[in-house]
Parts: sequence; C-alpha cells; structure tokens
Amino acid sequence: MPGIPTNYFLILSAILFTIGVCGVLTRRNGITIFMSIELMVNAVNLTFVAYARQFHSLHGLIFVFFVMAIAAAEAAVGLAIFIALYHHRDTIDVDEANLMHW
Amino acid sequence: MTWADTLLLLPELIAATGASILLIVPVLGGRARGHMAKWAMLALMAVTALAVIGSTYAVAGVQQTPTFRAMFAVDAFSVFFKLLFVVVIALVTLLSEDFLSEERYSTWEYYSLLAFALCGMMFMASGVSLITIYIGLELLALSSYILAGYYKNHEESTEAAMKYFILGTVSSAILLYGISLIYGVCGSMRLSTIAAALSTMLSNDALMFGIMLLAAGLCFKIAAVPFHVWTPDVYVGAPTPISAFLSTGSKAAAFAVFARVFYVAFPAFHLDWSNVLAAIAALSMIVGNLAAITQTNVKRMLAYSSISHAGYSLLGIIAMNEMGLRGILIYTMVYVFANLGIWATILMLRRHAYAGESVEDFRGLHKRAPFAAFSMVVFLLSLGGIPPTAGFIGKYFLFAAAVQAGFGWLAIVAVVMSAVSMFYYLRLVVAMYLEEGSGAETIYSPSLRFVTALSLTVTLVVGFIPELPIRQVIESSSHLVGRVVQR
Repeated sequence: MPGIPTNYFLILSAILFTIGVCGVLTRRNGITIFMSIELMVNAVNLTFVAYARQFHSLHGLIFVFFVMAIAAAEAAVGLAIFIALYHHRDTIDVDEANLMHW
Repeated sequence: MTWADTLLLLPELIAATGASILLIVPVLGGRARGHMAKWAMLALMAVTALAVIGSTYAVAGVQQTPTFRAMFAVDAFSVFFKLLFVVVIALVTLLSEDFLSEERYSTWEYYSLLAFALCGMMFMASGVSLITIYIGLELLALSSYILAGYYKNHEESTEAAMKYFILGTVSSAILLYGISLIYGVCGSMRLSTIAAALSTMLSNDALMFGIMLLAAGLCFKIAAVPFHVWTPDVYVGAPTPISAFLSTGSKAAAFAVFARVFYVAFPAFHLDWSNVLAAIAALSMIVGNLAAITQTNVKRMLAYSSISHAGYSLLGIIAMNEMGLRGILIYTMVYVFANLGIWATILMLRRHAYAGESVEDFRGLHKRAPFAAFSMVVFLLSLGGIPPTAGFIGKYFLFAAAVQAGFGWLAIVAVVMSAVSMFYYLRLVVAMYLEEGSGAETIYSPSLRFVTALSLTVTLVVGFIPELPIRQVIESSSHLVGRVVQR
C-alpha cells in the first residue's frame, strides 16, 4: 500500500491510548479524567480507521461513527453527574468523593 | 433488510418506543399522575414479553437465523435471556414503587431509563456482531449511570454515579480497544466470521492482547476481581432498587454477552485464554467471599457476594463445554431470582432512603415478618448452594463442567469458597431467628410480597423439580454448543 504503513497509525494510537490511561490514573479533577477517557476512545477510533483503510472496508469506518455518537452521549451523562456532584460539595476533585470507603 | 427481519426486531422496537413514550409523558402533563407510571411500565413489559415470544414463531423450525447482515440473531439462547430480562425489569419496577413515592422523585423518567436499559440488554443478548454487542452494552451502561445517580439530592447516590461512570467508561474504552484489535486481526466484527478466521490462524500477540482487553472490559461488567472495586460503593450508594437491578439484570446481560462471544468466536484459542480467566475466577471467588465475611453492611456484603458469584459463573465459560453453557444459563436464572428476593427484604426494612443496611436491622425478623424471614433463608441457602434449593442445581452444573474440562483445582476452590460463603449467609439467618431485638420496622407492601413470593417459587421449583427448567435450558443452549463440538 502506498503512503504511510498501517503500523505507524497503530503505534500512534497505542501511545495515545497509554497517555489516556496515565491521565485517568494520575489526574484528580473529574473533567480532566473525563478528557483522558475521551483520548482513549479516540485512540481506538484511530485504530479502527487505520485497519479499515488497510482492508478497504467500510465496517471499521461506520463503527467509528457509532463510537463518536456514543462518546457524545457519554459526555452528556458524565457532565450532568459532575454538575450534580459540584452542587453537593463545590468541587469535582475525585479524591474528595469519600463518603463510602473507596 | 426485509419485513420479516423487522418482525424479529419487534421486542427491541417496542421497548425503545415505550421508553420514548414514557419519557415524554411528563412533558405532556403526566407529572401529576406519577402513580400511573408503574402500571404503564408493567404493561410495556407484558407487551415486550409477548413480542419476545412472538418473535420465536417467526423463526420456528430454523435453528438460528442471523439477520441484518449477520449482526442480530433471534435464537433460543437470546429468547431465554430476553424473557429473563423482561421479568427482572418488571420485578425491579415493583421494587421501586414505594421507594419512588416516598422520595418524591419523578417516576416517568425513572421507568423510561429502565426501559432503555432493557432495550440495551436485549440487543446484548441478540447481538452476533461486536458492533451490536458494544452498542447494546453502552445503552445499558449509560442508563445505569443515570439510574445510579437518580437520587441527586443524596450525596451518596451522586458519588456512586460518579465512581460508576468513571470506571465504567474506562472499561468500555478498554473493551473497545480489544474489539478494534480483533477487527484488525480477523478483518470482521461478526462472531461467526471471526471464528472462521481464527480456526486457520496461529496464536499471535495482537489477537491475544485483543481477546484479553475484551475479557477485561466484560469482567468489569460482571464485577470480577480485579475489576470489582466499583461494586461495593455503587451498590451502597445507588437507590436500593437500582442496586437490585445492577446486581441481577445488568450482570445477567453481561454474562449473555460473555458466553456468546467466547463460545462462538474464540473456541480456537481456548487453551490460551482459559488459564487467564481461570485465575480471574479463582481470585473473584476468594477475594469476594473473604471480603464479604468482614462486612457489617448488608448491601456491601451482597456486593462482595455478587463478586464471588461472578467467579462461579465464569467456570461455565472457562469449561467451554455443553455442561458449562447450561450451567451459565441456569445459574444466571437462579442467582437473579435469589438476589431479587433478598433485595426485596432489604427494601422492606428501610426506614429512610438508606436503611435496612446493617445486620442488626434483621434481628428478630421472624417474629415481625415470618414469611419474609423464611423466604430470606431459602434465598440465602440458594446463594450458598445448599441442596433442596435452586442454587445447588446451578452450582452442580458449573462445578461438574469445570471438572469435565480438566479444571479440577478450580472446582475445589469453588466448593471450599461456597462453604466459606455459608458463614456470612448464616450470620443473617442467626440474626433473624436467634437474636432478640427490635431491628428495623417493616413496611411490607403487596408489591414486595409479590416479588418475594415469585422469587421463592422459582427458587424452590428449580430446586425440587430441576428437570423442568433444565430441559428448556438444554434446548436453549444446544445450537451454541453444536458449534463448539463441530470445531
């Protein structure tokens, strides 16, 4: 295949996914954690697109649209939960969420 | 896509349409009539159940009919689970009744979300492509996040929703990464095509990594160790009927997916993944049961007990034989009903939103509510796997399957851990029958009575006349097993 080899995309998406995982594990602000999760999802999208390009198949591309729609719905639900949390304690720091032992 | 295809989708279409209608009723002025929401929801469940049964006639005589370009199948396996889901949602509706009216939250949206969750669960049971399965799973998950935080004035509920949301979305992303790698190796997301591609393939790193990530995502949904940390907090913080739903319906749906994906798509690499899952199962049984012993909060105890039950059910997937699949189906059913009965008793003991929690609340229950105390004993024995109850039949199938497949050590761990689990189950029995004390007051409404009675009937009938449900389950699992044997 001409152009950039598929492996390059896969390595990039693996790096992005890892950055996302590190963000989730190290950040304490709810919104930043959520952004890291979005990064993980988009890294996966890149994998799908790279494979779809390699296979000349539409399946991977179409799945990416579904994933995007679901990520948008996830964002709506997540932000609503964080707002509700902010009402209770004026912070969305997840370490403060310790009513029940974690 | 033909007209007949659409008929097969009828149960899902009805559930989605019904959920949307429930959602707009309050906007159209139905908010004042909150008490009618329950009846609307029960009617919707009845219609959905009829549609599920009706859809089987559309495929009568055909073993399996994948439709929509092999993305969606109506077969005995999916029908079994769909009927179970409809019953679970109907019972959760009954459990929610008093709880909702007491707390003055909107009822219509609540039931609407439950109906959307049902729709997602049915897609999970019918999905034969990773796309369908993922979307069904997300529909269930998104509805569950909102439901867990439904009591937005309670800080615990919001906190539970936040924890569930963060860990849930991370696990979905991991699952999705697994799907993408499997797609990359096999060039397809259809389970049957994946199986065909794998049968001619040698083990490779990308594929094993993909399967492991997929398994990790699913293990989160069934709350297996080490992906279980969310379970106790969410079960304690969420509204109690929702905890009941998460520990029964949501888990059963995840098991349907787990069984279908691993039995249909990955039999070729059974040797590679079975050892990893065996370690997860053993850890779940050990950690779940040992942690449950030290709990004083009944909801937390049930959460750890449900972690251990995820471990038992995993035996059926690890074994990968006819017996194992039957074990999963029958054990899921048995576990669901025993658990719903226990949650009904907990709801009965509540004082405010979050009571009925400590073991002390159960003191002397047999004097105040003899029927509830008796049925509670039956449910606990069933969870422990003691013979005249249904739990024994389920565990028998699972353990025998593990032995058959050469996982004798795992079966031994399971038996020992079942014995350990009796310790904390019996602690509740002792509190109810032997300890004197006032405990919590009881509010035993007809709905709770009905849920308890139905769960008790199922638990005892399956325990005493196992042939009846087992024949159904054998028929239901035969076509999936047929594939395993072929390969």
